[in-house]
Amino acid sequence: MSEHLPVLQVVIPLLCAPLALLVRREAAVRTLAFAAAAASFAISVALLVSVLADGPISYPLGGWYPPLGIEYRVDTLSAFVLCVVSGVAAVLLPLGPGRGGHGLPSGRLHWFYAALLLAQAGLLGVTITGDLFNVFVFLEISSLASYVLVGLGSDRRALRAAFTYLVMGTIGGTFVLIGIGFAYQMTGTLNLDDLAQRLPEVRHKSTMLAAFAFLSVGVSLKLAVFPLHQWLPNAYAYAPPVVSAFLAATATKVAYYLLARLVFTVFGVAYVFGELGLGWLLFPLSLAAIFAGALAAIRQTDVKKLLAYSSVSQIGYLTLGLSFASLSGLTGGLVHLFNHALTKGGLFLAVACVVARSGSSRLDDWRGIGRRMPWTMAAFVAGGLGLIGVPGTAGFVSKWYLVQAALEAGRAELALGILASSLLAVVYVWRVVETAYFRDPGGPETRAEAPLSLLGPTWVLIGASLYFGVFTEWSAGVASKAAAMLLGVGP
Amino acid sequence: MIPLISAALFAFLLAVAVAVARTRDLFAAAMLTGIFSLLSAGLFTLLDAVDVAFTEAAVGAGISTLLILGTLSLTGSPEAPPRRSWAPLGVVALAGGALLYATLDMPAFGDPGAPAHLHVAPEYLADTPEDIGIPNVVTAVLASYRGYDTLGELVVILAAGVGVLLLVGSGDGGGGGERALGSESHVRMREKLVLRVVARRLVPFVLLFALYVQFHGDYGPGGGFQAGVVFAAGLILYGMIFGVDEVRRVVGPRAVEVGIAAGVLLFIGVGVASLLGGANFLDYSALDPHDPAHGRHLGILGIELGVGVTVASVMTAIYYGFAGRSRRA
Amino acid sequence: MTLAGHWIYWAIVALMMVGLYVLIARENLVKKIMGLNLFQVSVILFYVAVAKVRGGTAPILVEGAGDVVYSNPLPHVLMLTAIVVGVSLTAVGLGLAVRIRAAYGSVEEDELDRLDEADP
Repeated sequence: MSEHLPVLQVVIPLLCAPLALLVRREAAVRTLAFAAAAASFAISVALLVSVLADGPISYPLGGWYPPLGIEYRVDTLSAFVLCVVSGVAAVLLPLGPGRGGHGLPSGRLHWFYAALLLAQAGLLGVTITGDLFNVFVFLEISSLASYVLVGLGSDRRALRAAFTYLVMGTIGGTFVLIGIGFAYQMTGTLNLDDLAQRLPEVRHKSTMLAAFAFLSVGVSLKLAVFPLHQWLPNAYAYAPPVVSAFLAATATKVAYYLLARLVFTVFGVAYVFGELGLGWLLFPLSLAAIFAGALAAIRQTDVKKLLAYSSVSQIGYLTLGLSFASLSGLTGGLVHLFNHALTKGGLFLAVACVVARSGSSRLDDWRGIGRRMPWTMAAFVAGGLGLIGVPGTAGFVSKWYLVQAALEAGRAELALGILASSLLAVVYVWRVVETAYFRDPGGPETRAEAPLSLLGPTWVLIGASLYFGVFTEWSAGVASKAAAMLLGVGP
Repeated sequence: MIPLISAALFAFLLAVAVAVARTRDLFAAAMLTGIFSLLSAGLFTLLDAVDVAFTEAAVGAGISTLLILGTLSLTGSPEAPPRRSWAPLGVVALAGGALLYATLDMPAFGDPGAPAHLHVAPEYLADTPEDIGIPNVVTAVLASYRGYDTLGELVVILAAGVGVLLLVGSGDGGGGGERALGSESHVRMREKLVLRVVARRLVPFVLLFALYVQFHGDYGPGGGFQAGVVFAAGLILYGMIFGVDEVRRVVGPRAVEVGIAAGVLLFIGVGVASLLGGANFLDYSALDPHDPAHGRHLGILGIELGVGVTVASVMTAIYYGFAGRSRRA
Repeated sequence: MTLAGHWIYWAIVALMMVGLYVLIARENLVKKIMGLNLFQVSVILFYVAVAKVRGGTAPILVEGAGDVVYSNPLPHVLMLTAIVVGVSLTAVGLGLAVRIRAAYGSVEEDELDRLDEADP
């Protein structure tokens, strides 16, 4: 059965979504979701171990070999991202909508789990497939589920945020579809490897250039690359907190993976960075994202929105790593994908803990909360240190590689920029810390810690982000192997 | 001759699209959107895409238009006067420029030597008779060579169904009140004797036609997706004239929810059966160890049925959800 | 590039632009969804145009006929999926619009912005 692991990885959560509609009882659906997510995580770890030992795996679906059929393809990079997505999902999925922060009557909870499972299965499907059109199909599965999940927040603004997300996400999806059409028209194939092989003949044609432009702009919309990020702050701010944690930790990460896959595996670094000179566009956009996001985060009065703008900034680090097109730059980008998934997932869960108790993510309502919810706020502080990139946290590892990449490229000003932006992160994290510990709540201070069912998962993610700040074999170690593979300088 | 007809159709399409953009009467715009779909379905037929034409006519001109009209009955018309803004025009001009640039090096329209017609596609046309044994190559590719995409497509529909259930409910939580699409119209339509008599005679034929489309997809245009849409359209037609509650008495929301799940489970079940038969996921040849072509035929029958059931159920669920939403003006 | 060989692509580009414009420029949420429909149907038209082979016929095999030319079936298959994606997005988008109307009493973006600003 082990040769079927690639497909089971996606089909298990896919199967559990309709099952949830039949089972209906919340406790049973929760168990089902956890079982699916845990199985999926176990499979991706097994796949990663196998790929590291024996090289890439190809699985022809329906028994039809590519390019005739659709192929699932697992290599170091896709296995790495699969582990991140399914690992975070295994922690988050059993939480369902969490407590508070959503406007869902209890009779509809099983649909919520189904939507979460579909979002997860879609993201896994995008990561593992070796077929360009299959990417589009699974991207739309996860997007559709995400639009709905965002719209379930308790504030009515969640509905508007979801609508905007749907409009911008659909423009992105349709651009991807147009790009696929151009690429198919010029090559006759949809398989990614086959496409990469046929590309040299046609890569100077205007149609192929447009294919790259539409694909990368479309994916960048889903990744929320500055200035295409307008949907993100409100979507993260008004979604139910557990959904914000899920999306921040997985959805943009998979979009980043897809961008890297298209740039390096399909179109090739020589074409994208050599002939098209994408670096000249991506460097300034990344820096703009880093600074604009951080500056906006400083001004926020709502903790979720603050974290959302911080995500805009952190996505800037991701694309910055990509734009170096060097081993340490890409390693930095990929390891940041891993580290930021844990850190930001954990931070949004900490917010979910507070919302479960006090019902509010407004900074004003967080006065003195450090004494009322010491464990929750300790997790928040640890996550905040990770956002800043303090040594000993996972965020430090990411920035270490990025600074190294900047110095290798002879661009000391970028290294300084990374350090300066970390200072901005200090400011926005400090605002929350100061409010939580040093502001007088003006009321009784009774201990009211979050339920263990929420606090536990929060600490799992935050704990992992601390662990991987020190032991980097499975984060930076694998990321550098994946980066070497993308650049064609390693196995 | 054909270029002339297509050119005329394109001129109509452009005129309709511009009219949609300009008119502030949203009901008119909704009907024009439906006409746009119908005209493009005609164009698809001219361009040999009969399956696409069938689906676009059923979905774009049928279900989508119905949904938009149903929404409008809740949200109202006309739209507010448009605000003048240059930014969207700039974005559209940029995208349009990129699209026009893309056309510069495209192979000429209809060129049989274009790369897309020389790689992969010829193999589908050549191998289908032997591999799958059915004449409709579109069905062969959809259900077998790229069957996994079709599973994805079905899951997209599932996601939409779950999404509408989460957002607007299954139609029984609306709480009395005035109903939007369905009950409101059936009060008016109840008076129309001819409509009632015709509908009572017509609906069984629509449902029968759906079954025909379901099982004839191997030979002509059609298949599970189109069949599901036609089946749901039959139910919706009945509901619009006799009231949504009439339909709900026959097919309850709970049964619809089971249907949504059952179709997807059937599709995945066929895939799992192939796994258990010792082949890859969705490799139907394992379903009959003695005769692979027969196995593939069985597999296609199974998954198409799964598609039909889920699509019909989701469309019905969406209709219930929108129709049951009480008006809060 | 010739007029005879490329006019159809240019016509499709014009349709795409109208659809995209309605989607991003209009303030009414339902109108935006109509724009989305126009945009996606235009993209489907593009794929179907790519699939067309001169002198070809629909890819339903005719038994015994020797040299029939068939149009390319693959884009047709892909577009069946794209239509489904389109109607799914339409349904969810309209579901959101209905909920927004219930929560705000309006589906005009200007008005919604005003209501959001008035309610911190």
